[in-house]
Amino acid sequence: MEMFLYPLVGGILIGLSSSTMLGGIGRITGISGIIGNLFQKPNSELAWRYAFLFGLLAGGLLLVRLKPELFQYSLEAPLYKVILAGLLVGYGTRLGSGCTSGHGVCGMARLAKRSFVATGVFMFVAIITVAIRGVL
Amino acid sequence: MGTLISFIAGIIFAVGLSISGMVNPMKVQGFLDLLGLHGKWDISLMFVMGGAVGINFFTFKFLTKRKPFCSPEHFLPEKKEIDRNLLIGSAMFGVGWGIMGICPGPALVNLVTGHSNAILFVVSMLVGMVIFKFTEKIWN
Repeated sequence: MEMFLYPLVGGILIGLSSSTMLGGIGRITGISGIIGNLFQKPNSELAWRYAFLFGLLAGGLLLVRLKPELFQYSLEAPLYKVILAGLLVGYGTRLGSGCTSGHGVCGMARLAKRSFVATGVFMFVAIITVAIRGVL
Repeated sequence: MGTLISFIAGIIFAVGLSISGMVNPMKVQGFLDLLGLHGKWDISLMFVMGGAVGINFFTFKFLTKRKPFCSPEHFLPEKKEIDRNLLIGSAMFGVGWGIMGICPGPALVNLVTGHSNAILFVVSMLVGMVIFKFTEKIWN
């Protein structure tokens, strides 16, 4: 039961957060877009992005103190895999205009056709990638 | 005010990612292992997407009909067509997500573990985004 309760509660919080962003400042909560648009001249469009990202880090810091058991997992991996995965995630989400949050959580809730296709593609490709792990 | 709302939303988002298990690359890869080739398939993360999209499906409908609390307008993506960039970009993201089990939000939250790979992943992701900025033209 707990196995499903935690993901469900977490998902609901993610939903409430992105609803707050839309209702509060009229923005879609797409993390890759928020990060990707940081690299521009200072303007009013930047404040909310930095605020959200600082909040994201503050929330993480809070939980790592309060519930460190949530972070008891291994991040060990060969360096080339970490770098390759990071590059692909960075480049791919910008080219594809979104990631799990923008397309998955927000776009699909808006019934945006592009987001359904994007989510289908990255889920499918990720599943194949995991399936052939070890072969590579 | 908008800045404060974004900051609080960021905190809630991070708490959601952490509690749900999305920050745990092992768990994410267990979820993506749909065929159960590396152990039993872990369906639980389906509830993260279900919970988040379920909430937003109802709230977004209502929220897009009224003016945002702290903004004169909504900023919603207007593009409708399925183009090559959407497909290729999403596929590239899928490969990266599959290799490490980390997508952009969890990547940032994982910085709090202080693990060197968490930092290396975020730096690589930022480099990937900068490379995109410089090569954007070739995709038009």
